[in-house]
Amino acid sequence: MNVQISRLALVGLALIVALILGTTYWQAWASAGLADRQDNAIQRVAQFTVKRGRIYAGDGHTLLATNVRKRVGGQTLYFRRYPQGTLAPFVVGYSTQSRSQAGLERSYNDYLTGANSSLSTVFRTTLDRLRGITVQGNDLYTTIDPKAQRLANGLLAGKCAAAVAIEPSTGKVLVLSSSPSYNPNLVEKSFASIARGTAACKPASPLFDRATQGLYAPGSSFKVVTASAALDTGRFTPSSTFFDPGYCIEYGKRVSNALNPDQSGPESFGTVNFTTALQHSINAVFCKIGMALGAGPIVDYSKRYGFYSVPPLETPLDERVPSGRYKNGRLDRSSSDADPGRLAFGQERLLVTPFQMAMVAAAIANQGVVMRPTVVDKILSPGGGTLSRRHPENLGRAIKPQTASELTAMMEAVVTGGTGTAAQIPGVRVAGKTGTAETPVPHQYNAWFIAFAPADHPRVAVAVVVENGGFGGRSAAPIAKAIMQAILRGS
Amino acid sequence: MSLRNRELANLVAVGVLTGLGFASVYIARSHVVSTASLSYAIFFLALYVAAHVVTRLTVPNADPYLLPIAGLLTAVGLTEIYRLHPQDAFRQGLWIVIAVVLFAVALIALQRDYRRLESYKYIAGLTAIFLLMLPALPGFGTTVNGARLWVHVGPLQFQPGELAKIMLIVFLAGYLREKREVLAQGRLKDFGPLLVIWGGAMLVLVETNDLGSALLYFGIFLAMLYIATARVLFVALGGVLFLVGSAGAYKLIPHVRERVTIWLHPWTVHRVYCPLTGKPALRQDCQSYQLVKSLYSIGNGHFGGTGLGRGTFETTSGHQLIPYLNTDFIYSAVAQELGLVGAAAVLLVYMLFIARGFRIALLAQDGFSKLAAAGLTFGFALQTFIIVGGILRLIPLTGITLPFVSYGGSSVVANFVLLAGLLLISHRANEPPR
Repeated sequence: MNVQISRLALVGLALIVALILGTTYWQAWASAGLADRQDNAIQRVAQFTVKRGRIYAGDGHTLLATNVRKRVGGQTLYFRRYPQGTLAPFVVGYSTQSRSQAGLERSYNDYLTGANSSLSTVFRTTLDRLRGITVQGNDLYTTIDPKAQRLANGLLAGKCAAAVAIEPSTGKVLVLSSSPSYNPNLVEKSFASIARGTAACKPASPLFDRATQGLYAPGSSFKVVTASAALDTGRFTPSSTFFDPGYCIEYGKRVSNALNPDQSGPESFGTVNFTTALQHSINAVFCKIGMALGAGPIVDYSKRYGFYSVPPLETPLDERVPSGRYKNGRLDRSSSDADPGRLAFGQERLLVTPFQMAMVAAAIANQGVVMRPTVVDKILSPGGGTLSRRHPENLGRAIKPQTASELTAMMEAVVTGGTGTAAQIPGVRVAGKTGTAETPVPHQYNAWFIAFAPADHPRVAVAVVVENGGFGGRSAAPIAKAIMQAILRGS
Repeated sequence: MSLRNRELANLVAVGVLTGLGFASVYIARSHVVSTASLSYAIFFLALYVAAHVVTRLTVPNADPYLLPIAGLLTAVGLTEIYRLHPQDAFRQGLWIVIAVVLFAVALIALQRDYRRLESYKYIAGLTAIFLLMLPALPGFGTTVNGARLWVHVGPLQFQPGELAKIMLIVFLAGYLREKREVLAQGRLKDFGPLLVIWGGAMLVLVETNDLGSALLYFGIFLAMLYIATARVLFVALGGVLFLVGSAGAYKLIPHVRERVTIWLHPWTVHRVYCPLTGKPALRQDCQSYQLVKSLYSIGNGHFGGTGLGRGTFETTSGHQLIPYLNTDFIYSAVAQELGLVGAAAVLLVYMLFIARGFRIALLAQDGFSKLAAAGLTFGFALQTFIIVGGILRLIPLTGITLPFVSYGGSSVVANFVLLAGLLLISHRANEPPR
């Protein structure tokens, strides 16, 4: 019988060897794949054993995201809290137990959980794990100006609107506001109450960031891009004269000035120069300029400002969309079939984000140089050491300094005696441009205002859009003015 | 060093390990070493020293490694159970005391000659069937997780299948020893009683829906038949029979079909019908929830484990993640906290036990002892494989306890009786000729 027993013993031992191999498979080979699964409840809990880094506003002490400590099942867990609630959810985002994340909470998850590959962080967290100490994430310091941001939120409240403010010389995003907004503290437990939120538009979509994802026809605010092309190519100067008959003929058809509700009837200005044309936003003149230039150069100059590519920012890539001409919901990179006349005053299927328009204003303010927009200023380790600090980054020149100063003067005229007088700030030179864009719904217009101040030494550039806001100079300009004032007063 | 001194030395090492295990759980839970953790270890060591004294008196020539191995495995189990549910650990401790008492009783009662059991083989066989039928009887049995395995008498609950296994092995050893020559010739009528008892057992198993045990008994049966007759044909025939039976069960029993589906496709991308709620859901959130969560637990252990007391077994709101964690699924808890290093070490300890068991079968002098020792050992190996293999998705998952480690009175008691049997056979085999 011993032969059989020996063989059976081999079978018995082989069974256990199979178990060792099976365990090795799951713990060594497949373990990363298991950890990545969305329903992995252990990983869901594991993220709470790490004390996530805090997120601060630009003043360095207003806490946008912090943790609450709780003991659960013998473990110390850290749950996310957003003390400022609705202040800046579209920058900060949220991080929930079911592992859904948004905003910087998503894109900077590695830094916030101490899982980034920077040598000092790896050293510190490994040491903490070995000592059995709670692993702490790194703290994020954003560029958001809490006072101006709060003011912007208040001004946009109840409307469907967005506002962006950028420091032109550095690209720092000071305000990124979208309305209706949501409270990230509610995402976890009462998501339904967020979805129920209402505003002046339908659907209200409170989770939707209108500032970086909202696509709007720019209307006349795009005229600064057309003007950039007209001046920078040397084809026109601010004093070039035009005759405005009140309409423009394109392909044998009349395109009248009455497109804009800011003009009572098809107004005709007669003989005007370029500055006056921008000042009063005369479509017929821009139509002529567009036809003289052709669609190509206008699209080229828009690309120099960043159109047709996703604007750079530290938020997750899929939370931003590019601006440009859209065809059937997709970006149309060719300009061959574009109507240059309508393109010149910002219609012609052009769709832009408020963020992109703020970048245009900031570039003109920065003597034509586009700075990389940035919302994360620096990252500090829990011990206070600097892991990373943003330095202003030059993305390239959109227009010559000469063009920029000419355009600035023209935009100043808009505010001093044109369509944008509502943006005047006593004692400060403001440069701006209104926009009133057609929407698919008749007699509903999206109001735009882009501006920067002080015009002689710009410290802030803004873009504001108000859905169904009527005339841009009336509804959007005062909001832009208040935001700029708040920032100029604060700095 | 004499065999028994070697056993004592091993037990002391196990006692120290137990103390360390409890201390580390304590430190992880409350950042202090408490005397309570040491008292558990001391109690544990005292219990095993008492068992050791009994072996010294009754089976001085027995294998010196089996008792320390059993001690080590129960210590691993008790530590993990203590870490998961401290109240359960107290109850498990009580069961270990009862098991050690029964272990001592078995050793004392059978020390002169356990081979008398051979003459009671039919009684053993009938007892096994009776025990297996108990849960199926109305008024006694309870259905847990689709299988009727438990007997409730007042506040007591018992899983009689564990003891039935040992009874069946005794019967098979006795019967096969007697009939092995004729069986080897393949005379059909000699298979009669064997097939009757076997068929009865299988029927009961189908009735109780407990597939893990069915596989276990069938495996033990084939293994012992092979040892007795040396006919590979029988094993092959049995294998075919088993496949046919499995296919039939797959067709006829929805519970079996579900288990196989869970095994093959635990994760679904799209929502499928969920029989638990009657609504569509991802399978990982429905039927295969337990298996999938257990795999996550194992995966989270990586190489070194999270450390005793530092694993994650609860959600952030304090709900338990894996049902039956301290009974059927204790391996996934051990694997998470001890990691690949620890889990593989535990499995190597099982291998050691199995190797010693087969060594006893090889050294035994008579056919009954050989068959019984090999049967008990192979049953032990197969049971370990069925539950851990199920957890590791090597085979479809069936609920069955992990010997010595799982929480559960009947399991602990049965395994200590098994241990007593192996020690008795070993003692006799190692006895100097008189």
